[in-house]
Amino acid sequence: MTPVVTQRPRETAGTRASTTGVTERIRNVLSMTRRNLVHISREPMQLSDVTIQPVLFTVLFIYLFGGAIPIPGGSYTAFILAGLLTLNLTTSTMGTAVGLATDLHEGMIDRFRVLPMWRPAVLVGRSLADLLTACLCALVVAATGLAVGWRTSAGLMPIIAGFALVLFFAYSLSWVAACVGLNSKSPESAASFGFIVLFPLAFVSNAMVPTQHMPGWLQAIADWNPVSAVTAGARQLWDNPNPSASISAWPMQHPIEAALAWSALILAVAAPLASRFFQRRTTE
Amino acid sequence: MADAMIEADGLLKSYGETRALAGVSFSVPAGSVLGLLGPNGAGKTTAVRILTTLALPDAGRARVAGIDVVAHPAAVRRQIGVAAQDATLDGLLTGRQNLVLVGELSGMRTGRVRTRAAELLEVFDLASAADRVVKGYSGGMRRRLDLAASLLTRPPVLFLDEPTTGLDPVSRQGVWEVIRELIGSGVTVLLTTQYLDEADALAGRIVVINHGRVIADGTPRELKERSRTAHVEVTLAEPRPEAADVIAPLVSSQVSVSADGLRLGAAVDSAPGLATALVRALDLAGMLADNIEVRQPSLDDVFFALTGARDKEGAQP
Repeated sequence: MTPVVTQRPRETAGTRASTTGVTERIRNVLSMTRRNLVHISREPMQLSDVTIQPVLFTVLFIYLFGGAIPIPGGSYTAFILAGLLTLNLTTSTMGTAVGLATDLHEGMIDRFRVLPMWRPAVLVGRSLADLLTACLCALVVAATGLAVGWRTSAGLMPIIAGFALVLFFAYSLSWVAACVGLNSKSPESAASFGFIVLFPLAFVSNAMVPTQHMPGWLQAIADWNPVSAVTAGARQLWDNPNPSASISAWPMQHPIEAALAWSALILAVAAPLASRFFQRRTTE
Repeated sequence: MADAMIEADGLLKSYGETRALAGVSFSVPAGSVLGLLGPNGAGKTTAVRILTTLALPDAGRARVAGIDVVAHPAAVRRQIGVAAQDATLDGLLTGRQNLVLVGELSGMRTGRVRTRAAELLEVFDLASAADRVVKGYSGGMRRRLDLAASLLTRPPVLFLDEPTTGLDPVSRQGVWEVIRELIGSGVTVLLTTQYLDEADALAGRIVVINHGRVIADGTPRELKERSRTAHVEVTLAEPRPEAADVIAPLVSSQVSVSADGLRLGAAVDSAPGLATALVRALDLAGMLADNIEVRQPSLDDVFFALTGARDKEGAQP
């Protein structure tokens, strides 16, 4: 039988360096991303919030509210699609929080911690896997939209840019979710984050309804809500009705710039913070 | 010790108000197996967590393969394999996927990981379950897979934290087999356990810890010799009330009598000719003995003697 281990003491001269090379880091991130994708494939119901929920929301909003909400310059269907995309992608970042909280809750994190790996790969790998599921969500929303009559006259590049704008925002938000997951006592408490933070964030915006009819103070919040900038940006890129264009608040006048700025800012703050929280949570 | 592969020197560690380690020192020479023995909460796992870079000591020094665990944790991680108390596996991956993930994250090339994983799955008798999800594995299978994961990179130093706790006797034997094979291969092993028979069966040297302190250190044989007390059990042919008085002068503790009055037990100082003396005394009193058994001290006796004494001492301010 092959010996299970060898007694040879390991060379220490070259291995004492505590840094991992860039290639090694990328390999670590890819391994972790693949692990998280396997998780999803094992429990497909995890995907319900990026597959079934978008279909449900699209049908509900269009057929329930569609007739009741007049949209200046177009149909509710043309108006709502960008909003539905933002809504679904915003709320689905909850998965990142729950996933990380679960990882910390189970023993697997200790296995990662005794391996000579690049530790942030745990976070980056998860965020990339979540970005891939967000892409799937975007496809489902677009397909459902097309099926119920959403159309765009925009060219291919602006269409892709619109999706990219919302996905970039969702990616930056998933790092906020990571911060929450890393500070949660349990996966369940991480899940409640969605209802307390993400739902108001998604709904107090121009995603579902034009903000013009909201009370003044609420409209001010909605017009500066990053979700509104992202949604208005996608509508502008897709040539869909964008009632916010008549609002004088800066983000509504420059929604694409505002959306990019918000996303970059959130990412720049949340990613290093998540890394710090991870460090703190795994130090004893 | 110059060739010590694992060294702990005055380790102190508290978690909040709880003092987990109150100055623990020991060392493990290259190629040997040390059993770290103690009851639940003695500090065994804390010591292992410090040595495997999972926890930082409040004071003291720890070195693995000559590398300081606090100063160079990443370098230490390249030298060690760890099988933790709660098998640290991903329940949603298959056995093979778990090994491949751990191997890749350890920096092994994908092709080599696959070959090595297949080899270990074979050795650990997991080949037929290799492509099943780990969530469905039995406790014994999980432990074996966890051991396999800790051996992927052929580390020269191995930490096994309570490798058989919670396993049924058959799975326990299986894990012992595997560990015995490792020991033969020259790897340095630190094994923690609450089971004396396990330390006796696998370790060449035993360090007993309790309440975060080392209370004994030696080979299993030395520890047994430290406790001179043996135990005698006499089984009479028929119950005789005065039997206890007859053997009392020969033993060193109070004589316990079973409910049916047939079996008498007591602690004895191992003295030459003890069994003969007992037979003679019983014969003189006109009693018939069916069986006399003098049991040499087991590690259990040593352990309880050591930890019991320590507890009493600790109770005195």
